[in-house]
Amino acid sequence: MSKMSTLATAVALASTLGLGATATAADMPECENCADSMTIVSWGGAYSKSQLRAYHEPYTAATETEIVNDESSAEAVAKLRAMNEAGNVTWDVVDVVAADAIRLCDEGLAVEIDADNDLAAAPDGTPASEDFGDLLVSDCFIPQIVYSTTFGYRTDNADWNGATPEDICAIFDTEKFPGQRSLEKRPIANVEWALMCDGVSIDDVYSMLETDEGVDRALAKLGTIKDQTVWWSAGAETPQLLADGEVAIGSTYNGRLFSAIEEQDQPIAILWDAQMFDLDGWIIPAGLSDDRLARAKHYIKFATDTQRLADQAKYISYGPARASSAPLVGKHADLGIEMAPHMPTDPANAQNTFLYNYEWWADNRDDLDAKFQAWLAN
Amino acid sequence: MSSINGAAVRFEKVQKSYDGRNLVVKDLNLDIAPGEFLTMLGPSGSGKTTCLMMLAGFEPATHGEIFLNDSPINNVPPYKRGIGMVFQNYALFPHMTVAENLAFPLQIRKLPKSEQDAKVKKALDMVELGEFGNRRPIQLSGGQQQRVAVARALVFDPDLVLMDEPLGALDKQLREQMQYEIKHIHENLGVTVVYVTHDQSEALTMSDRVAVFEDGVIQQLSGPDELYENPQNSFVAQFIGENNKLSGTVTAVDQNTCQVRLQDGTELAAEAVNIQGVGEKTTISLRPERIEFDPKESMQNVVNGTIQEVIYHGDHLRVVMDVAGNDEFVVKVRNRGDQRELKVGQVHPLGWAAVDCKALDFTG
Amino acid sequence: MASDLTTHDGQPLHKSLAKALRREKLRALVLIAPLLLFVLITFVSPIADMLFRSVENSIVPKTLPGTTRTLQSWDALGEELPGEEVYASLADDMMLAQELKIHTRLGSRLNYDQPGIASVFRKSGRQVKKIDSSAHLDGFIQSNEIWTKPESWANLRKNGLWPGAFPASSTAWSNWVRFMKSDEGDDVDLSEKTPSGLAYSALYFDLQKLSDEQWRQLTDSDNETTRAMFNGLREASAQFPAANYKEQFLDMHDGWGKLDNWRTLHRLSPPIVDSYYWASVDRERTSDGVVHKPENERIYVKLFVRTILMSALITLMCILLGYPIAYLLATLPTRTSNLLMILVLLPFWTSLLVRTSAWKVLLQQQGVINNILVWLGVVGDDGRLALINNMTGTVITMTHILLPFMILPLFSVMKTISPSYVRAAKSMGASDWTSFRRVYFPNTIPGIGAGSILVFILSIGYYITPELVGGTKGVFISNRIAYHISSSLNWGLAAALGSILLVAVLILYWAYDRIVGIDNVKLG
Repeated sequence: MSKMSTLATAVALASTLGLGATATAADMPECENCADSMTIVSWGGAYSKSQLRAYHEPYTAATETEIVNDESSAEAVAKLRAMNEAGNVTWDVVDVVAADAIRLCDEGLAVEIDADNDLAAAPDGTPASEDFGDLLVSDCFIPQIVYSTTFGYRTDNADWNGATPEDICAIFDTEKFPGQRSLEKRPIANVEWALMCDGVSIDDVYSMLETDEGVDRALAKLGTIKDQTVWWSAGAETPQLLADGEVAIGSTYNGRLFSAIEEQDQPIAILWDAQMFDLDGWIIPAGLSDDRLARAKHYIKFATDTQRLADQAKYISYGPARASSAPLVGKHADLGIEMAPHMPTDPANAQNTFLYNYEWWADNRDDLDAKFQAWLAN
Repeated sequence: MSSINGAAVRFEKVQKSYDGRNLVVKDLNLDIAPGEFLTMLGPSGSGKTTCLMMLAGFEPATHGEIFLNDSPINNVPPYKRGIGMVFQNYALFPHMTVAENLAFPLQIRKLPKSEQDAKVKKALDMVELGEFGNRRPIQLSGGQQQRVAVARALVFDPDLVLMDEPLGALDKQLREQMQYEIKHIHENLGVTVVYVTHDQSEALTMSDRVAVFEDGVIQQLSGPDELYENPQNSFVAQFIGENNKLSGTVTAVDQNTCQVRLQDGTELAAEAVNIQGVGEKTTISLRPERIEFDPKESMQNVVNGTIQEVIYHGDHLRVVMDVAGNDEFVVKVRNRGDQRELKVGQVHPLGWAAVDCKALDFTG
Repeated sequence: MASDLTTHDGQPLHKSLAKALRREKLRALVLIAPLLLFVLITFVSPIADMLFRSVENSIVPKTLPGTTRTLQSWDALGEELPGEEVYASLADDMMLAQELKIHTRLGSRLNYDQPGIASVFRKSGRQVKKIDSSAHLDGFIQSNEIWTKPESWANLRKNGLWPGAFPASSTAWSNWVRFMKSDEGDDVDLSEKTPSGLAYSALYFDLQKLSDEQWRQLTDSDNETTRAMFNGLREASAQFPAANYKEQFLDMHDGWGKLDNWRTLHRLSPPIVDSYYWASVDRERTSDGVVHKPENERIYVKLFVRTILMSALITLMCILLGYPIAYLLATLPTRTSNLLMILVLLPFWTSLLVRTSAWKVLLQQQGVINNILVWLGVVGDDGRLALINNMTGTVITMTHILLPFMILPLFSVMKTISPSYVRAAKSMGASDWTSFRRVYFPNTIPGIGAGSILVFILSIGYYITPELVGGTKGVFISNRIAYHISSSLNWGLAAALGSILLVAVLILYWAYDRIVGIDNVKLG
């Protein structure tokens, strides 16, 4: 598993860099022959707001480009395919998770990016391809943030007798940690956790999953908590379930847990062990006219430079994808608390993590999903 | 309260209110003899249909008691009353054939199938629809549907049949024909019929007795001829048949007759039916066909009138005249062939007997 | 004699009538034309598109034209990998596909049927550029220098045997032309160029299949160049260095050495395939014919059955709950019934997500209903009912959402039923229950029919609500369709599932027509 140590490397790299030269919008080269408006697609909610403040507003201020926001990222892959078939692509830049970016790239629906040419170098001159490192998981994908899927648990579970979960296998320990769980209604992450807690080393997880026995083993492990599990499909569900006391422990995105804990003061804590890293970033759709493509690339170069990525972390607790941005992460813009300890990439939190194997999942997702759904339905 | 021993139906001090503020039926007392054809006649809103619905059991009486064959039925649900009923729009079940419609009450009574078939056939023959048993009601004409409705109300041999404006939806000719048919069926079967209508000619042709309803009260209950000849009050006189109204003040009363002075000073002799006394106001009712253009010696009343309009009706002429300040005064003249030269504007003496001219309650 | 009737001018009557009516008909057609067009565009064409997508597979033969052709002669039931010729044509097809960046798209298409094959294509894309195709090229050049000259190919392409006797070469030629145009621009001048070694390999394999007669035509040609090209070539080609495409591909990715991958490619070579339909009923075509998928992957049949059964249950619940309400609405005084009607329509006026979220708050284990039950002592604190994230949740919420669709047609039918029917029945001696059963109820059947059809068909297609409240046991086939549309992008499978659902609905409709009669449906 070459990707396993990626983040640790990135973080290590970031801490050694430790310099905070800021490139300002004024340093940007003029955009020649560029369209003067663009449509940017993202996820909506707090996440889009963080992008608005960290990227869109300074970009508009510097270039007077009109930015139209669309909140369709959840259906981006299907919509881009439909637009491509209809020959009328109306989006200029689209925010997607890495797995979707790989899919779009495979389908020829996204433009390939040359990191060192198309993206800004780090302030110390490190080329972008090195600054992003292994996070450039697809030729079409420009990483933006690192987020993780991890567990939150209520801190006031009476029948836990004061015990707090220290490692991931607590979710399978219904003796010590009784109560309902919530897990995402898809195999990704769940089967990895199941095998890890069934004694498989993380390096062997994927080769194990390629066999029927491996899949059966993972599902059998999940089967031990199946009847106490609520399966979620929207990221907002677990924080709500935790807040309502419906579940005692459940998986969700770390940013959701941050806002439940810090912004809403819910009695919830995060279990960082074996958090699954995932990436979110930009793609540029294939089939844009030259002026729109030029505008999209110009925007991307600006929005993914070191300072901009660090700025976004002021508004949301997701880690910047550039190693050089990590030292620049400051305080939350509204709450005024240090954001670094809340980042999934913070060394204290990232002692045991894994980045999920995009390649493997791209190949086996449909197959495993069918097995997973069949297992759920039985 | 006039009480007949062994009445088929008796209303005793029945009152009905829907909203708790207004009485729709006020203190109704009525006996209906077995085999009688009684019509409840009145304008809409007079309470006649409410009385019928109380009798059928679809509306509870607010106060008072209704008896069926001397048993109180206030607490008997409609389906246990055994009353046949014909509805205004027939209420034939659209999802059943004509024969099935007729068999319905028999099936409810769990008659053997053979008996059901025989009775259905007999009932269909009675209304001359023997061929139509397998049709759906919608495939029949209005008159045919009407007959099926009558047959269905009678097929289970009820003692009492209620008919709620059954002929209202038919055209005039068919209506008259059906009136005779229903009358004949009644005579042949001898059932008691309570018939509700707002059509006074229907009431007069068919009934043994007519109860005229107005404002929740029976205004007059009597045979058709009595009703026409001797209305008890202005409302009945006005409602039954055609009628000329003349208003005035009673100046003298002598046993059954009285003198009335009209507003223009004309003095008339009239039969004193419903007056308060000398000096009180009264409305005189006078049938158009009782007025003669050539007053006879024996006629107590002779008044001049001016012809306003002459309307040709074939067998008779209607002459609208201005008489004693009433310019809608109608005179009916038999068409004898020797056509009178009746011209608009002519002034003619008119005459009528005092007995044909009823002094009734004043209506303004 | 009706047929002999004529109008005054001697025209047959029926003709005159038809003429007189034609104007009317034209007018009517013009009036409905916008609607007709609308229905055609928004309804008929998407359905036709869906049906087409459920079998469409042209991506495979279009992306791999040479490979799919050469694979036809491979024995898919045997235990041998395809021969050198197939790998040669694969190299040729892949060379163009990676240039056009369509090889990964093909990979994800094939991955639906053969998990893992996507990365075989993805990873081979980059390496295929480095493939060594010189073996046959060298042979040709050694045989005669003329093969290095562009006119050799120009000459060959003018020959009467081209393209019929040179299927691989002609494909390779057109692949090469497209490659060059993509690589160097549409106006690239190819007259001074010879194709890549891959085209020579294709030519080599075509030559192996030429008959003696065809050889004679080439070697005895009137054309001097042709004679020069082919004289002695037959003998020389036997001595050509062996090509090693197979070996190179096996080095590139061991997926190219897997029989199953090749069998899948072989099976999916035709432009129209039935594989999506077999997948829709948990089956697949293998070398042993159509077989059940492994037990742990069977899901669709179960979901179809569940969808239909639960939709039927939801319809039944709607009838049971909606009937009394509709009756009240139809019989109460107008003012009261209007108020009640607003309450009935209220769900229409709130967004689906708001409603569904409200149900969550009500139904969850720490939710309002359970709290009340615990407070009342009906259930213990540890025995809270599971009312959501299971079938119960789906049935409750869907019944709530679809109830108006049952109530409205029922109401409008009941409104037309005169109260005198029931009165008539009672006057004839029928008790309340009997007059309901024998008279009122039969007259409401058209409303029940209309409501049931509406509710059933709507619920069969629902997926947002089941996804949110159905947990794992309360989701429908539509959830899988949505998944394949928006997540897995397996639109072919989604189309096949949708088509099956459409057919199922049509069959149910037909059965309804046979049992109840479609005339017996009244929406108002």
